[in-house]
Amino acid sequence: MKRKYLSTPYIIWVIGFTILPLVTIAASAFTDNDDAFTWGNILAILEPINRQALLFSLAIAFGCTLICILLAYPAALVLKSFRLKRKGFTIFLLVLPMWMNFILRILAWQMILSKNGILNFLLGKVGIAPLALSNTWIALMIGMVYDFLPYMILPIFNAISDIDEDLIEAARDLGADSGTVFRKVIFPLSMPGMLSGIVMVFVPAMTSFVIADILGGGKLQLIGNIIEQEFVKSMNWHLGAGLSISLMLLVIVGLAFTLRNDMEERGTTIW
Amino acid sequence: MGTNEKGRDILELKNISKSFDGKKVLDDLSLSIGRNEFITLLGPSGCGKSTTLRIIGGFVRPDNGSVFFEGQDITNLASEKRNVNTVFQKYSLFPHMNVEENIAFGLKLKKKSRAYIQDKIKYALKLVNLEGYEKRNTTALSGGQQQRIAIARAIVNEPELLLLDEPLGALDLKLRHDMQQELIRIKKEVGITFIYVTHDQEEALTMSDRIVVMNKGIIQQMGTSKSIYDEPQNAFVADFIGESNIIDGIMLQDKVVEIMGVKIPCVDEGFEARETVDVVIRPEDLEIREAENGFFSGKVTSVLFKGAYYEIKICARDYEWVSQSVNAPEVGAEVGLYVAPDNIQIMHKPQSEDAEIIKE
Repeated sequence: MKRKYLSTPYIIWVIGFTILPLVTIAASAFTDNDDAFTWGNILAILEPINRQALLFSLAIAFGCTLICILLAYPAALVLKSFRLKRKGFTIFLLVLPMWMNFILRILAWQMILSKNGILNFLLGKVGIAPLALSNTWIALMIGMVYDFLPYMILPIFNAISDIDEDLIEAARDLGADSGTVFRKVIFPLSMPGMLSGIVMVFVPAMTSFVIADILGGGKLQLIGNIIEQEFVKSMNWHLGAGLSISLMLLVIVGLAFTLRNDMEERGTTIW
Repeated sequence: MGTNEKGRDILELKNISKSFDGKKVLDDLSLSIGRNEFITLLGPSGCGKSTTLRIIGGFVRPDNGSVFFEGQDITNLASEKRNVNTVFQKYSLFPHMNVEENIAFGLKLKKKSRAYIQDKIKYALKLVNLEGYEKRNTTALSGGQQQRIAIARAIVNEPELLLLDEPLGALDLKLRHDMQQELIRIKKEVGITFIYVTHDQEEALTMSDRIVVMNKGIIQQMGTSKSIYDEPQNAFVADFIGESNIIDGIMLQDKVVEIMGVKIPCVDEGFEARETVDVVIRPEDLEIREAENGFFSGKVTSVLFKGAYYEIKICARDYEWVSQSVNAPEVGAEVGLYVAPDNIQIMHKPQSEDAEIIKE
């Protein structure tokens, strides 16, 4: 099959928008202002302020992923039990907010969670003292979970939907009650979906900065915020690039470690 | 009916009805199954045979009627609590477990000891001729091997009743024949009751102690392979169990039937005078002779070689007759058709409410 020319546009795309920028970023990262080679920008991740931001990002991303799994799994199970029409409509509702600008949605959360916002207004109505959620990590977490949840629900739902009903019947036939069917059949077979969900939630959560900007009021420093500031405010592109590369390598190594078993077993990658 | 060594049937279905979306799938079905029987539910797709099996397995609740197992009403008992195991059509092995883990699934849930489970796995793999396959990945096995593992996985639980839902349907012809023999052997070795569902009449005839022919949710006939083949009770059974010539006839008197204007001797008695009947003649019983020596004469329209015999179609009196013979006449030849008196089956026409069942 000599149809290789059909892939030309994608090759151009990959070279132009993935490889070249990566090379540029790497070139920037390994040089200083005088264009001399240095490890400094890469190693800057170890400086206390950056390290702290990195750990905070890790904690937030980890927490966000965990909460997303806990919320998404039951949601996916409920969704699977729906009849076809209702299923389609519910998925549509899940996806619908994604068609609205992401920053607008986060700004809405800022309004909801602010001191005189909707949440505190409603709490006041039922006699609960107002919560000071604005600019806290809790607000950041709420915003992130809200934003990333669909990316966890959909792959888990797909994986669960792919499980042959016969397998569940076979398990019951062999004496498994509902709990055991879930533990021994549904959950293990939904792992690939959950792993893609983890990739799709953890990585953006780890690297995001806009949510922290808006819901953290500039007080919460994720590693993404630090990198943004190096590029935009301090105009130190070398340092920004160095931190980016370090972060990327950490994410890749981390994911490779997490997903290794799965890939070995199934012989396929999940992304 | 049924073999009843302990004087009690192992399973009894009483007046079972079931509808799906307003469509009646089972209509007041009653059936007793004896201990250690190999019973086959046979019928075309949609006849209710699989639903019957799923009701016995506990995957479907009947709308009406009861299921008794060893005399106990288990109609509403959950599938996992029944001492019954199923071999599914699509094997349904757990893809995330290897052969050994699949077979051990039921035993681990019953909290059997490691040594016991290991013994059982060994025994089961030997039983299905797959010794040494413990660590194999199930997805890497062939269809026939997967089905053997599925049988092993069910058998190790020592069910008193094994349900087999068209287990050989996905296999090719050669493998299917081998597996039929395997299943008969396995049945003999483990000595439990088999309820087998298939739409393949040849498979049913080969394997079963007793066949239940079903159509449109109603049992058409029950009996041994031989009795069903030799003495079909209605035209549906005759047509479904092997190919047949089914012709309208008029019973003139005892032992004489008129077919297409010709008086033909038969052995059947006890019909009303001039009763309209269905006449069934098996292809292998329809003899081809010289044109002047038969009851009818007609022209050979096609001759197909089927391996062990020829299938010959003859057009006589505006009816296409099917005959099987080891000798092939020429296509277009003028031949005579003859049938011996005891090879003619005479059946009452179905009652009007059953007429519809027969048609399709």
